[in-house]
Amino acid sequence: MFIEAKQINKVYFDKNNKPNTVLKDIDLSIQQGEFVSILGPSGCGKSTLLSMIAGLVSSTSGDIIVDGKKVIKPGKDRGMVFQQAALFPWMNVTENVMFPLRKEMSKKEGMERAQHFLKMVQLSNYPSHYPHELSGGMQQRVSIARSLAMDPAVLLMDEPFGALDEQTRSRLHGQLEEIWIDTKKTIVFVTHSISESIKLSDRIIVMGTRPGTILTDITVDIPRPREQHRQEIAALEEQIMGLLKKEIDKVIDEEQAYEAGS
Amino acid sequence: MKPAVKRIIFFAALIVFWELGSRFELWHETILPSPVSVYDSLVAGFADMTLVYDLAASFRRLLIGLVAAVIIGTGVGILLARSKTADETLGTLVLALQSVPSIVWLPLAMMWFGLGEGSIIFVVILGGTFVMILNVRTGIKNVDPLFIKAARTMGSNGLDLFIKVIMPASVPYFVTGARLAWAFAWRALMAGELLSSGPGLGYTLRYASDFGNMSLVIGVMIIIGVVGAIVDLMIFQRIEKNVLKRWGLET
Repeated sequence: MFIEAKQINKVYFDKNNKPNTVLKDIDLSIQQGEFVSILGPSGCGKSTLLSMIAGLVSSTSGDIIVDGKKVIKPGKDRGMVFQQAALFPWMNVTENVMFPLRKEMSKKEGMERAQHFLKMVQLSNYPSHYPHELSGGMQQRVSIARSLAMDPAVLLMDEPFGALDEQTRSRLHGQLEEIWIDTKKTIVFVTHSISESIKLSDRIIVMGTRPGTILTDITVDIPRPREQHRQEIAALEEQIMGLLKKEIDKVIDEEQAYEAGS
Repeated sequence: MKPAVKRIIFFAALIVFWELGSRFELWHETILPSPVSVYDSLVAGFADMTLVYDLAASFRRLLIGLVAAVIIGTGVGILLARSKTADETLGTLVLALQSVPSIVWLPLAMMWFGLGEGSIIFVVILGGTFVMILNVRTGIKNVDPLFIKAARTMGSNGLDLFIKVIMPASVPYFVTGARLAWAFAWRALMAGELLSSGPGLGYTLRYASDFGNMSLVIGVMIIIGVVGAIVDLMIFQRIEKNVLKRWGLET
């Protein structure tokens, strides 16, 4: 297996020193080149799990292996795209994309490479713009180009389109799908949108909350491009909705119980 | 109406009122000299070069003091932001000293550095340093954690992360710190010069006051205010605005 999570547990201690289990007994394996979505309601620990694969957060117990190596810290083999583009405002578009490259290649090579990936996200006409001059969707595309430029084995995406409007999001879905087909990257995509996960991924890992566990692992075998298969999409959407409804009800019940008790 | 036009009309009205008040003797010339006599004494001051030498001397002290304040402030600010122990000890001292007006140090400074340049520059440095320290410290501590996370996933850490990401990300705070340091240093300089030997704008102001030359006193006050406003508007606010825009902090 290319990415493997073995018996991952994550416990936080809140300010009263009460343990709070965020992830419980997570077992997950992902093959090279797969597009996998991690889907779940907010608070299910899906972003925490992704940050663990990135090496930004450590687990309380259990290991994550990527390409045969245990993850202990962040590395360029795992690119990450966040919900906010996280572009450096003091650098222009090209400089941002070159940021991860500056130590391993000459400036000229870096610029050519940046140009190549900016072309891939259809932003080659904006090399010297500054982030504040770009729309949210454009910023997120630069952020994707920046991650791709360091040629990671895995692209980790944490609700990358969550802050964008519906039309932009839908356009970027198409672009991301093309990039994935072109580059054959392994993509782990965290989202709370059921339709987004069905539209994009080979597999959907559905997570439940309190504590965060994996509920099911669904293989999506609707042929691409998927827009033409509305019925299958709708059926799958309903199936997942049913699964998640129980989880959301659970959260609401708990919140009501908490309010009643306080 | 353009802001510039409004401003001109406002100041013109103010001066006309002031002049008319003096002409109709609403107040006595020795209490508040008229704009015309203030203007005359300013012209005389510039003609015999005293005010020119004063301005040059004041700016020299200010420049030395401000540069030192910005350098020391940046260094200590970085230390406080990076070391928890330094922040808990030295940081508390900085906070306490920051509330002491720097002119209060002048008697001590005169003991240490004598009655001349040294003590004034010392007071100017103190005036600017603390506010610079606190702004640099806040700037570095307030760097968006997302920038740090993103940089780490791109293989940056340690000193590289600090120099390439944390420092540039806190530039807006550096600029604000420098602007406030200038404002505090300018006030400290004037206070220091009032109590010390010349040349210098503050010294000339006291000298004029000792000889009952109130129109020159007001003339020097106007110079102090105009210089302060020009430097703030033309230099610091302009830089600050550009930086805030570039850093995406201004909507």
